[in-house]
Amino acid sequence: MDEQGQQRCDTPGRHAARRHGALLSGLVVLGLVSGGGAMARDYREPPRQTWSFQGPLGHFDMGAVQRGYTVYAQVCSACHGMKSVTYGDLAGLGLKESDVDAIAHAHHVPAGVDAGGHALSRPASADDHLLSPYPDARTAAAANHGVMPPDQSRLAVVHPGGVDRIYAFLTGYGQPAPPGMVVPQGMFHNPYAAQGLTAMPPPLHEGGVTYPDGTPATVAQQARDVTTFLAWVATPHLTERHRLGVGAVVFLVFVLILSICLKRRTWSNVP
Amino acid sequence: MNGSGLPENIPPHAEPASGGGVLSWIDRRLPVISAFRKEYVDFPMPRNLNALWNFGAILCAVLVLMLATGIFLAMNYTPTAAGAFMSIEMIERQLPGGWALRAMHVTGASLFMAALYIHLFRGLYYGSYKQPREILWLSGLGLLVMVMVTAFAGYVLPWGQMSYWGADVAGKAVGAVPVIGPTLEHIMEGSDQLGDIFIHRFFVLHFVMAFAIVAIVGLHVAALHVPGPNNPTGKPVNARDTVPFHPYYTTKDLTGLVVFALVFVALAFLWPDLLSEPENYRPANPLHTPADIEPEWYFLPFYGMLQSVPSKFGGLLAAGGSIAILFAVPWLDRSSIRSARSRPLCRAGMAGLVAAFVLMGLVGRHHAEGGWMIVGRIATLYYFSYFLVLLPLCARREMRGTAG
Repeated sequence: MDEQGQQRCDTPGRHAARRHGALLSGLVVLGLVSGGGAMARDYREPPRQTWSFQGPLGHFDMGAVQRGYTVYAQVCSACHGMKSVTYGDLAGLGLKESDVDAIAHAHHVPAGVDAGGHALSRPASADDHLLSPYPDARTAAAANHGVMPPDQSRLAVVHPGGVDRIYAFLTGYGQPAPPGMVVPQGMFHNPYAAQGLTAMPPPLHEGGVTYPDGTPATVAQQARDVTTFLAWVATPHLTERHRLGVGAVVFLVFVLILSICLKRRTWSNVP
Repeated sequence: MNGSGLPENIPPHAEPASGGGVLSWIDRRLPVISAFRKEYVDFPMPRNLNALWNFGAILCAVLVLMLATGIFLAMNYTPTAAGAFMSIEMIERQLPGGWALRAMHVTGASLFMAALYIHLFRGLYYGSYKQPREILWLSGLGLLVMVMVTAFAGYVLPWGQMSYWGADVAGKAVGAVPVIGPTLEHIMEGSDQLGDIFIHRFFVLHFVMAFAIVAIVGLHVAALHVPGPNNPTGKPVNARDTVPFHPYYTTKDLTGLVVFALVFVALAFLWPDLLSEPENYRPANPLHTPADIEPEWYFLPFYGMLQSVPSKFGGLLAAGGSIAILFAVPWLDRSSIRSARSRPLCRAGMAGLVAAFVLMGLVGRHHAEGGWMIVGRIATLYYFSYFLVLLPLCARREMRGTAG
């Protein structure tokens, strides 16, 4: 896999610059450069990482995705939801239907109110979504120093800085705040957070989770796995999409060769 | 040149299918089979058409793909402010094959516009708008406007942040029209805030326009088959310089189509990030304006014009006028020479026109800030002066040349 030229730089401005740059600069005859447009960042540039899922032929390391789910289930899901994702979607991790049902049943979802107006709940099924643990945005914010924990369904796609920044952020706690920075009560310093401050307490700890496959659960390992899991959740069909794309390209190249032969033969008698 | 506006290459007379059989029985009552043979098998085509003439067939293929994928997407889409975003997520995650359906529809929209721009340039460059093809040109421009409206309406439907704020910018632009602006804005948006009524309206608009486009494509192709296609020399072709549509152009169009399909699958499945806007995967939030609102790449040149003209209404006039002026081109350019190949001045001017269009796109990308504002104004000025000054003057000079 070519992993060199495929690193991402994903602030929205840079991303869009690259996107439109590639389309437009192909047309630019005057040799104008479409660069620029990079917005001022309010966080430290994250170091680039190598991920198996990057690039046009990238694929997910399913072992890492599964370990990442362990971290998500034991750590992240205490505050964050994934409201676009159903328990049934977790079958894509390689889980059996019975495992998916078991995971779903272990969670409870709201089921209206009883005659007395008391909230009811029921065990979740495979069709239920991975909701936020908080009933609404206001409660979520109140429980987290005024900041609502963002939904993680598409976080790896929409988060400025992308997966590199998520990984850097998760492993970036504990560094001394730069002189002059006041860290308010209930906030934490993290150079990869916006303005260097975040309301999220350090989520990962050495040995904080136990991996079923016996991998040592260092903070770096957990961060890498859960970042891979977030990327998988954001684009669950990436591996399949790339496989389809490669198959289609191979097929079309074959058809192209045939159609060129046919066209040349057809036109061979035209002066 | 054919002064009387008569067809330039006369299609062969259609013989009704003779003999027995079901097909000839049908053909004697409804001559669809002989008409098809006349228009798509025996139809005489100039033999010197280059690859730019492939884009008509490519556009037809993309249109069919858009309808085919769009119908299945519509079956799973919920046109409400509360449900739209989640229904797209459902299509991408839970609907079997939904992600592939949507990838094709989204890529199809971008490449439809790309192919349309190339097709339009082809017409402009080789003078395909000149008589007797004025109606062909006008119907094509009608299609351009319709496809743009459909593309915009379609981009609103996922109800992500860019959908919402793009619609907000468009609504405000419409509202900037003097006197009737606020009324127009209200008609477009349906209520004081962008919500259920707006989404529902745009969903219906998107769906209806798709089929209206099919109808106008029918007219466009019918108008093409009266005079037959133009060709790179711009001169009418003799019967001996033509070849029948089949097998010559069926095989050539097929080859072009396969090349296009390669680009298509590469963008849809291998490099989707080149076309997709990550910000639109955040649900619409009326309380949070994104740092960087910008339309899809194919609207950037018009967005650039909108932003580089100082007044809001002026910008709207420039952006709208840049399309409207194309409708007048057959009457602005009175020269009897069609192809820019034989018009050196026009040819150079056209290179500048393409450069100005691309530059305006870059200006739109950079929100016409700082130096880009100046570039945007110069490019806009050039764009209009090409059509209003250069083209008529060039034509006059050439007419004098042929007279003397």
